Amino acid sequence: MSSLIISGLRAAVDGNEILKGVDLEIGAGEVHAVMGPNGAGKSTLSHVLMGRPGYEVLGGSVTLDGVELLDLPTWQRARAGLFLAMQYPTEVPGVALSDVLDASAATDFGSGDELDRRLLAEADRIGFDHQFLDRPLNVDMSGGEKKRNETLQLAVMAPRFAVLDELDSGLDVDAMHQVSQRVEAATEETGLGILVITHYSRLLDELKPDRVHILVRGRFVASGGPELAQELEETGYGAYQDDEPAPPAATATDPFADPLA
Amino acid sequence: MSHSFSPDVATSVSPRPGRAGSAAEAAGLDLPSPETEEWRYSPIGDLRLDRFGPVTSPPESRGAVADRFEAATPSRAATVVVVDGFVTSIEIDDGWASKGLIVTTDDEPTGLDRPDATVIDHLHRAFSPPALRIGAPDGLAVDVPVVVLSHHGAADGATFPHLLIRTGPGAELSVIEQQTSGDGPGLGVPVVELVAGDSSNLRYVVVQENGAEQWQLGRQLSSIGAQATLRTGIAAFGSRYARTRTDSRLVGRGGTAHMSAAYYGDGDQILDFRVFQHHDARDTRSDLVFKGSQDDTSGSVYTGMVHIHPDGAGTNAFQTNRNVKLSEDAWAWSVPNLEIENNDVHCSHASTVSPVDADQRFYLHARGVPPTIADRLIVAGFYQEVIDRLPVAAARDEVRRLIAEKLDRRSDDA
Repeated sequence: MSSLIISGLRAAVDGNEILKGVDLEIGAGEVHAVMGPNGAGKSTLSHVLMGRPGYEVLGGSVTLDGVELLDLPTWQRARAGLFLAMQYPTEVPGVALSDVLDASAATDFGSGDELDRRLLAEADRIGFDHQFLDRPLNVDMSGGEKKRNETLQLAVMAPRFAVLDELDSGLDVDAMHQVSQRVEAATEETGLGILVITHYSRLLDELKPDRVHILVRGRFVASGGPELAQELEETGYGAYQDDEPAPPAATATDPFADPLA
Repeated sequence: MSHSFSPDVATSVSPRPGRAGSAAEAAGLDLPSPETEEWRYSPIGDLRLDRFGPVTSPPESRGAVADRFEAATPSRAATVVVVDGFVTSIEIDDGWASKGLIVTTDDEPTGLDRPDATVIDHLHRAFSPPALRIGAPDGLAVDVPVVVLSHHGAADGATFPHLLIRTGPGAELSVIEQQTSGDGPGLGVPVVELVAGDSSNLRYVVVQENGAEQWQLGRQLSSIGAQATLRTGIAAFGSRYARTRTDSRLVGRGGTAHMSAAYYGDGDQILDFRVFQHHDARDTRSDLVFKGSQDDTSGSVYTGMVHIHPDGAGTNAFQTNRNVKLSEDAWAWSVPNLEIENNDVHCSHASTVSPVDADQRFYLHARGVPPTIADRLIVAGFYQEVIDRLPVAAARDEVRRLIAEKLDRRSDDA
């Protein structure tokens, strides 16, 4: 039984401590949601887990089936079985999706034919137009197409754990339904464990979480079942925030931050 | 100036008038100074002309010149071999010859103006062998390319190739040129003149893969008539120092100049592009895209001057130069400029010099791609746009191969 165990994780951006001790254990096939107000450290958590440059780990550990991910470069974390669906997928001109998956050390399809077969099959499952498969990665794609592309890669790569960072942003209702269905199916088909990071609960109507964690100022302040997401929908984050002024937001230094998020 | 560039030696190349005078003029001049604007950032100060001697006759033994376009262009209108500047063989397809395609040598070329002429230009006039002339007469649409294989074989030799390409009104013509050289030091001074007649369509791509010790001081001159389109491509990978100065003139209303360049330097190479694009007539359009990368201690120069004449109303002019610096010690100068003497114009220019994009890197790493392979994919992808723009499709595979070869060398070093 796979497990992703985060313990005492602390991390800083530009010298500001954003994550102040995060503990979380995710088992195979489980869906955990992390919710929180802007600046709580949600995106920082996803970036630190995947090892994005610019995030300084101050302490703690993250193990995937006993392997310490924090000691590994990003590409080896992927090889160990971790996937990050990005909030703002990067455009990579001139590089096709199949080139990337072909070069990935996290997959081994044996032959290009098998990769192509998987890509086509998975594209159909989530309604992703085949024309995008040959396009340069994320170039000239709408927000929804980019998120479908992230989901497609998740499905083809079949990792053990996936972090979905605001997967719902930029998605219309139909796309959200297809993407959620696919991810949820993976929890049953391949035992995918999921950490879904979201600001709103609407994604959680589709992708049913086993546990919901509320992140405020770099710490989990509450954890519970799916009903916690429902409660947040009605009352907002007010009850979980004290009067202390918010520290500099993690997103303030992120040039890709969504100004409307 | 070494004795070997003397007027007597010049007149031994061929009886063309003017050789002795040009050689005498060259003898009175110094090499251009790197202090002058046109030569700034260049290593011209390191060039020792006297270590080279002009090649004054065609080589006696004609070794085979590799044809890297063979697979991509099984069908072609003509194949020409040029060795040390001398045309050594012309094979022209009978069908195209009977329709009027001209592929010949010409020792009395009336050339285009060469602005900012230096001693190098005078030497070219003095020592260039009979020029290779390729022409499509009025209305002839040649739909397969003419291939020119130009090889510099003479070690320590100075060679002065001269290529003239012309389309008559309404004609269409594509030429691809492969430039190679031996491993030893050499000095090549190729001059290419492109004249696109009214409403004609002329395409020219040169793929330069010289040896590592070659110096190349090249010029491209062009004149584009009314409603004509000239599409040019430069792919520069070889040489110790390779420079192309381009003077492109849109002289007729509604003409288009479309220019693309892909270059990649490593070791201590310097690849140098000086572009002067003139909009002399109204409703003309220029679209320049130069993309390159620099590894190790290599460097590149791009200076682009787009000049819009007072008569150039309705001009559209776009120029882009993008550079990916692959090493801390590499360098790139990128200086796009505009000189506008008419208000009714649309112009833009963009220029970047930056390392491999950190976000693109992270994205590929997050998909499990190891760092050296990720960089390789990103850099190859960076060139995709400009490779697609190369106007003669047959050159694209070779350019991809050359980029892959550079990237292989890079991965081996890593």
